[in-house]
Amino acid sequence: MSSARRMDTSVPALRAADVSVELGHKAILSGVTVEVQHGEVLALVGPNGAGKSTLLSVLTGDRAAGQGRVQVDGEDLAHWHHGDLARRRAVLTQENQVSFPFTVRDVVAMGRAPWQGRPEADGDDVAVEAALAATDVAHLSERSFPSLSGGEKARVSLARVLAQQTDIVLLDEPTAALDLRHQEDVMGIARERASAGCAVVVVLHDLSIAAAYADSIAILDRGVLAAFGDPSDVMTAELLERVYGIAVRVLDDPDGGSPVIVPVRR
Amino acid sequence: MSRLHRRHVAVVVILVAVLIGGVLLSAVVGQLTMSPTDVVGTVLQSMGIHTSWAPADDVTVQALWQIRFPRIAMSLLVGAALAVAGAVMQAIFGNPLAEPGVVGVSSGAALGAAVAIVTGFTLGGATGIALLAFVGGLGATLLVYFMARSNGRTEVVTLLLTGIAINAFAGAGLAMLLFVGDTASREQIVFWQLGTMNGSRWNEVAVVAVVTVLGTAAALYLAKQYDLLSLGERTAGHLGVRVERLRIVSIVVVAVLTAGAVAFVGIIAFVGLVIPHLMRMLLGPAHRGLILTSCLGGAALLVYSDVLARTLVTGADLPIGLLTSLIGGPFFFYLLRSARTKAGGWA
Repeated sequence: MSSARRMDTSVPALRAADVSVELGHKAILSGVTVEVQHGEVLALVGPNGAGKSTLLSVLTGDRAAGQGRVQVDGEDLAHWHHGDLARRRAVLTQENQVSFPFTVRDVVAMGRAPWQGRPEADGDDVAVEAALAATDVAHLSERSFPSLSGGEKARVSLARVLAQQTDIVLLDEPTAALDLRHQEDVMGIARERASAGCAVVVVLHDLSIAAAYADSIAILDRGVLAAFGDPSDVMTAELLERVYGIAVRVLDDPDGGSPVIVPVRR
Repeated sequence: MSRLHRRHVAVVVILVAVLIGGVLLSAVVGQLTMSPTDVVGTVLQSMGIHTSWAPADDVTVQALWQIRFPRIAMSLLVGAALAVAGAVMQAIFGNPLAEPGVVGVSSGAALGAAVAIVTGFTLGGATGIALLAFVGGLGATLLVYFMARSNGRTEVVTLLLTGIAINAFAGAGLAMLLFVGDTASREQIVFWQLGTMNGSRWNEVAVVAVVTVLGTAAALYLAKQYDLLSLGERTAGHLGVRVERLRIVSIVVVAVLTAGAVAFVGIIAFVGLVIPHLMRMLLGPAHRGLILTSCLGGAALLVYSDVLARTLVTGADLPIGLLTSLIGGPFFFYLLRSARTKAGGWA
């Protein structure tokens, strides 16, 4: 699509600068700065209530930041036209509800809505089929969405996001309801999108998965950015112990892969 | 995909056939029984085609054109308007139980119309009543919308409770108007509360026709966005829908359609509930087909209901609202039950 922009690595795909959010008088986020380049996976991690989802909703523009600014491809989020933004960026939220019994294929095809009336719409069927296959839900395509299990719904919603074929993808806990294999599949998809030049932001709970798949990790702690950088730099036992309030072991993978992070169990 | 398409076409063809059958039946039966050839003959004659079928008897011609045809046209339009209004309400509330009668939009509109009658408000003939009905309907829709929604969802319980409150308030308003109104307007208001097609006139039909066509066209235009809205407001927004604008426009569409339906024939409940639900079962939830077939189905339902209203009791004209509620009430129980047993129905 916009290969010229992809090559331009000086402008981050998505950037939140000095973002603060207050709810009532409670600071949910204070002074958070993160960014992600095209071709990168950024993982947002942190304990429950640390502000991961809030940060994601600020990045999507669903929640206005009290302070700070959010930019998509160097342009302030507020300046983006609705339709243009939908063709540049796709979002997977945690709510996987569909009000009426649409079939799985219908739901995935809705991801093509932003391209309606454009030349890209010729690729609708191909995009939908590819997305159904990538998320392993092709066999469910004629099922009604509300009849699916939690994990199946999550994968279908991810398929919808993939079908949107955007350069920027934001995923809020895409692995939460998934079994071991599908967790790996989903993160493999995120990785593969990044290799194709997309910028991927993903909220995760599993630190080992974050360490394995992300190019950079932002650790949030009670609304403040505790660390932001390369996985090997930020995934230290001391930092994680401080943030999560539990003793943690960062183990080297015996086969030389990414580190495995587990709590110390006695 | 093509299988579904064929099914759509089949349903539309069947609905149109049922509708035409209903219109013919409705034209033939009643206090004066007409022969089908009388009906076809006079219609052809009005188009300048003179056939031997054209009724020679002037009473027959007058009865058809002054009483029966406007009444049929009114049933078609009101049924279509209510069914489309129901489908749109369900789309923006994300809830299959939303319906103009149940949540109080109809009684809001009826209150507005009653105010016009009692105060003798006129504005270009029949439009004065329609205008105040619209104001009342819009007020009620806005009230339900802002009362019953939280975090982008409408909970069934809150929706129905809000409906109860609005119906109670509008009922009190109507009762007060009954109290202060003169005998003639009292009678008219009582008939509204029951709903009747009796005494429909062409100038009223014209107002309802404009309203129904505009409202249905708007709903069809927005249909694709309603599909996206069923993914939730945030996700619809991420797919490029301007959710806030869509909501406001849709609320106006619902108020316009309901007001048009209620202004001259009164409250006819459950059409907007039963018809979209049936069409969803037949064709699935995609809104373009749903709105189109609901329009046809609503029209058909009211044409047949009106035939029943006129013929069920010899020499009497039953209120049509009574009939639709007799059918719709039990259906509503069934929907409530299935919404409750499904996960999230009460959530």
